[in-house]
Amino acid sequence: MVHFDLFVAFFRSGMLGYGGGPSSIPLVYKEVVETFKWMDDEEFADVLALGNALPGPINTKMAGYIGYRVAGKIGMLNAILSSILPTIILMIILLTSLSAFKDQPWVAGMSRGVVPVVAMMMITLTWDFFSKSKDSLGWGYSIVLTVVSFILLIMLDLHPAILIFVLLLAAVLKRDKKSSAQKGGN
Amino acid sequence: MIYWQIFLAFFVPGILGYGGGPASIPLVENEVVGRYGWLTVKEFGEVLAMGNALPGPIATKMAGYIGYQMGGIMGSIVAVIATVAPSLILMIVLLQLLLKYKDSPKVKRMSQYVRPTIAVLLGMMAYKFVDNGIEGIGVIQTIALIGASYLFMEKWKFHPSLVILAALAYGAIFLS
Repeated sequence: MVHFDLFVAFFRSGMLGYGGGPSSIPLVYKEVVETFKWMDDEEFADVLALGNALPGPINTKMAGYIGYRVAGKIGMLNAILSSILPTIILMIILLTSLSAFKDQPWVAGMSRGVVPVVAMMMITLTWDFFSKSKDSLGWGYSIVLTVVSFILLIMLDLHPAILIFVLLLAAVLKRDKKSSAQKGGN
Repeated sequence: MIYWQIFLAFFVPGILGYGGGPASIPLVENEVVGRYGWLTVKEFGEVLAMGNALPGPIATKMAGYIGYQMGGIMGSIVAVIATVAPSLILMIVLLQLLLKYKDSPKVKRMSQYVRPTIAVLLGMMAYKFVDNGIEGIGVIQTIALIGASYLFMEKWKFHPSLVILAALAYGAIFLS
């Protein structure tokens, strides 16, 4: 049953995402966190963070890991194939026999119609992440980190992978005040 | 030998491209058109246009098709594996490590520290899609569709599939 669910989750999010893998991120989030509840927000955030810190296509990395986490190696293959196979087959059929398909005006219209919906889902997910971060770090740190990330990534064009690795390193290297205080207390 | 070349042609963009599949398209072009000369620039453009007309992740669609053209079904499989596997393996190894130590305060802090940056990255993607929408169908249509889809999906809790299918139908009829 879990394999059928994985198939549904990644088939749906793959077939409905227009504009490449990143446009499916909010759809994957909805399936994985809200519909099937395989992960909580926290874990999904980690997956997304590492997915962005590592090279390569993002959608298959998420599908592969989530499939693996939910149902092992078979789950991994299932999730990846569900998200990529249908459109690869479509692509081969259409390009070898019906290549005029892509020039149909209604095809272009469809992708134009869906772009704003993807934009809305991205905005909602962005807000979700910001407000979750406000809950765990407090307003002050969240705003500072958001502004600093914004400046580094957008104004100074720093590579996101570098920033993510630096932040992860900082989290590891920072001394644990709380746990040492606990030790002292005990 | 062709399989080894196919593997390399998609392995390199897969490990050098950051920011998901769309970011690796120029790298794929560099290999497929520039280094191996399998496709002309024009043919590559056609493949890319078809990839954009279809849903789903773009990098694997292109890998699957170009691999198929060069080496049949086997070529297609090799190209997709070369695109997907290297970064996926790294991802699984690193996340398994995180999961193992997930109760450690350090690992908890990692998620917290990184979250605002991810919000900014998602915000950048959101901006790109808004910009894309405005370029394609103008400010008014874009805002109207963002507003309408927000109400249906977030307020009235329609399933995302339904909202997207409605947007596709709307696009096919009114935006062509």
